[in-house]
Amino acid sequence: MKEIYIARSSAVASRVLDGEIVIMSATDSTLFSLSEVATVIWQAADGHTPLSEIVRGRICAEFDVTPDAAYRDAKAFIDDLARHGILRVSSQPIDSDGLRLSIPVGSGSARTA
Amino acid sequence: MSLMQQLNGKALRMGIPLSVHLDITYRCNERCEHCYLDHDDHGEMTTAEIRALLRDLAEANVFFLVLSGGEPLMRRDCFEIIEYARTLGFNVKLKTNAVMIREKEAQRLRALGVEQVQISVYSHRPEVHDAITKLPGSLKRTVAGIRVMRAAGLKVTLANVLMRSNSRDSDGVRELAAEVGAHYTLDPTITPMMDGSTSVLQHRISADELRGIFNDPTLVGDAESFCAPPPPVDDGIREGLPCSAGHTACYVSPYGDVYPCVQFPLACGNVRTQRFVDIWKNSPQLAEVRSIRGKDLTTCSSCTHLGTCTRCPGLAYMEGNMRGPSTADCEKSFVRTGIPTAGMLARASAGQVPHRAAPGLVQIQSL
Repeated sequence: MKEIYIARSSAVASRVLDGEIVIMSATDSTLFSLSEVATVIWQAADGHTPLSEIVRGRICAEFDVTPDAAYRDAKAFIDDLARHGILRVSSQPIDSDGLRLSIPVGSGSARTA
Repeated sequence: MSLMQQLNGKALRMGIPLSVHLDITYRCNERCEHCYLDHDDHGEMTTAEIRALLRDLAEANVFFLVLSGGEPLMRRDCFEIIEYARTLGFNVKLKTNAVMIREKEAQRLRALGVEQVQISVYSHRPEVHDAITKLPGSLKRTVAGIRVMRAAGLKVTLANVLMRSNSRDSDGVRELAAEVGAHYTLDPTITPMMDGSTSVLQHRISADELRGIFNDPTLVGDAESFCAPPPPVDDGIREGLPCSAGHTACYVSPYGDVYPCVQFPLACGNVRTQRFVDIWKNSPQLAEVRSIRGKDLTTCSSCTHLGTCTRCPGLAYMEGNMRGPSTADCEKSFVRTGIPTAGMLARASAGQVPHRAAPGLVQIQSL
């Protein structure tokens, strides 16, 4: 299976509200609220960790789901966010596209870069 | 319910200031005839103070950040502030006159992920626009700035404040917006100056012109429905909140003063002496604003328009009572529906005349 790499676009705004990540794309002003699993994928989207590793090491480790089902759902989620310019997807590791955004972590807090 | 409505509901329940409007300067390169600001610098926050404020706002979970002025690009550190705000994850919207925006600035705004830029355009005719801004050549420069921003891929909104001097030019500005691929908004609201002076209210359009706007389906959608009599007032309306000011939104001035809204000059604290989150959580002024429900409004609580009126508590405050009616909004409700408001009837019975002579409102005095 060909590896997929994912990176957060710098053209987004994000916050953790009540444990839930809210993201808005500057490209098309679409607002997203991420589920727990989607939040894990979003936070792990560093451009250098393959999707298969994110699914195996993070999603399957933290949630009761089979690797195949988790990968399938993750891929669908990624395709959706990529369509809105929120995630960048490549078969090669991805470098930063400019602005280094802080990643909101935990509940009700933001970590500065 | 849309995700945005859910987000607002959650912010309200959790006491989160979801949206903050931050003016980074009151200085401006234009001198618009209707502007409510004093453009002298009375001690703006430094870059370091604004960076500290932005960290506090992020910690308070502010998500939508409007950066405005004055003209924000009058500050040399404007782009540094925008960049820092973006690294903290804010959704940034910029309000500017675009006079100082060339290709380089437009590209930078795009690269920084600014979600939207709003620009005031008063007319498609230079002689009208420039007469309002009092800056010769300003329309030409503003439109050039709009074009380079659109070419850079930025979302642009042309905000058309309507006054007596440009009331016939809204179609021209709308056509300009369509030509450059920008959104268009029209606002007939002229507010008193921050010091309470009402001299600028002379620029408000007439009631007849306002009526024309409210009956224009290209602006309001279904005009018949928009201008229909208000539905009966029920308990949900009586228990409802007047607006988001102080609940999920607030305003911070270039001097660090915190207000419920840019149109609501009730000082709630200063971020130079208190952390933003302390002001947001503990200000007695904000607590008072938050305590007000529809049923608590003097005069307006008995008004048939209570559920549909655009009553601005800030404008009411500037008239002397944050629980009272706002004359401008009474006028809008009346012009829109033809049904007098409780505020107008109370003023008429007290022998008071509206803020300015509005031909369409004269009949109210005889009621």
